[in-house]
Amino acid sequence: MERKELQVAALKNGTVIDHIPSSKLFQVVSLLHLDRMEAPVTIGYNLKSGKMGNKAIVKVADKFFTDEELNKLAVITPQATLCVIRDYEVVEKKDVLLPDHLVGIVKCNNPKCICNNEPMATKFDVVDKLNRVVKCHYCNHEQKLDK
Amino acid sequence: MDKRSLVTIAEHSREKLMYLIEMASEFEKHPNRRLLQGKIAATLFFEPSTRTRLSFETAANRLGARVIGFADPKVTSGTKGEILKDTIMMVSNYADIIIMRHYLEGAAKYASEVTDVPILNAGDGANQHPSQTMLDLYTIYQTQGTLENLNIYLVGDLKYGRTVHSLLMAMRHFNPTFHFIAPDELAMPQIYKDYCDEHGIKYFEHQDFNADTIADADILYMTRVQKERFSDLMEYERVKDAYLLKRDMLVKARDNMKILHPLPRVNEIEYSIDDTKYAYYFQQAKNGVYARQALICDALGITLEDVRNDKTIID
Repeated sequence: MERKELQVAALKNGTVIDHIPSSKLFQVVSLLHLDRMEAPVTIGYNLKSGKMGNKAIVKVADKFFTDEELNKLAVITPQATLCVIRDYEVVEKKDVLLPDHLVGIVKCNNPKCICNNEPMATKFDVVDKLNRVVKCHYCNHEQKLDK
Repeated sequence: MDKRSLVTIAEHSREKLMYLIEMASEFEKHPNRRLLQGKIAATLFFEPSTRTRLSFETAANRLGARVIGFADPKVTSGTKGEILKDTIMMVSNYADIIIMRHYLEGAAKYASEVTDVPILNAGDGANQHPSQTMLDLYTIYQTQGTLENLNIYLVGDLKYGRTVHSLLMAMRHFNPTFHFIAPDELAMPQIYKDYCDEHGIKYFEHQDFNADTIADADILYMTRVQKERFSDLMEYERVKDAYLLKRDMLVKARDNMKILHPLPRVNEIEYSIDDTKYAYYFQQAKNGVYARQALICDALGITLEDVRNDKTIID
């Protein structure tokens, strides 16, 4: 029997974020502030995936993110999946869900919006989760995520 | 956010709108008072708007407040690179209320989040202009005796005209029937038609503008077709006069019909209409002062009861 090779080392305790499109990896790193993290982080990039062809994976040891932190991921990688690992076992699997409000993540498409002209955090209300439509808290313009 | 700020008319309930109309009618009876003696109102006009500024300043002055501010963005520190937040924080140290006009959308909402001093939005770019809507509602109520079940005809630039969009949204409480009369280029945007559908507001669209189309109107709300909105000037030349209201178009008009216009008028309404019983745009502008008196008082926590029991009236 052919020996199955693990592409990324197993994790004892922590969080695995899988099924990230490779092109979105660095956005995920910055959104979760992985670059400023002290815990060991394993990042796999351009891995083969049956489902996606090409994917990235992030494993963060000894770190359990809050839902609020993780749901931000839905803005850039709605297809990402999360596994919480304790003692090498998957104890919880989650999908990322788009939150009701987004602060400081999305840029407003309206050049005449105050938030594009003042040093301030952007704020959006999610008005249609299915179609991923968000509305700027300031100028009321609606836009689709991913555009 | 400070609850007393007014950023958009859409945040007001039907009851609140009627309450403000009642308050405005008190000010129409007795506009000159000392209710705001000792208070300072700041008018910050980051974009020039003479009419709106004069109306707000008249309202504040007739209530006994003192007014500070600027009318010309060239004289402010914005041109030196000061951010809006800093300007608002600074003026918040001086004034009891800030009335602001800004060329950027969402500016008033942001301002209301950085200060505890109430902010009155006097227009933020193409976004909102709630005091105009308030005076429109007051004028409609004054001329029709009700806001319920009216036929309101909106004519001209329905695409960029924020006054018509805000009016449409504020009227949702009162079962109106809207008629949109505009050239294709300036038709009511789909999002507002969707808004009508969502809120059960009846509407009809027309391109013709003649005595028959407007025969059932209670309110004929004219707007200016602005040349700068057109990318094709031939198109502008073609449509600009199609939406000129002529005196002979009023032969079938209802007795109670009134013509409104946010002003300035350029060539939308024939001057000979000014002396007919239908013309109401100058009274509408006058009502702006009463409506803004009500908005200023409400923002400062002065109630309708306070206004009715006011002992500071100057006759």
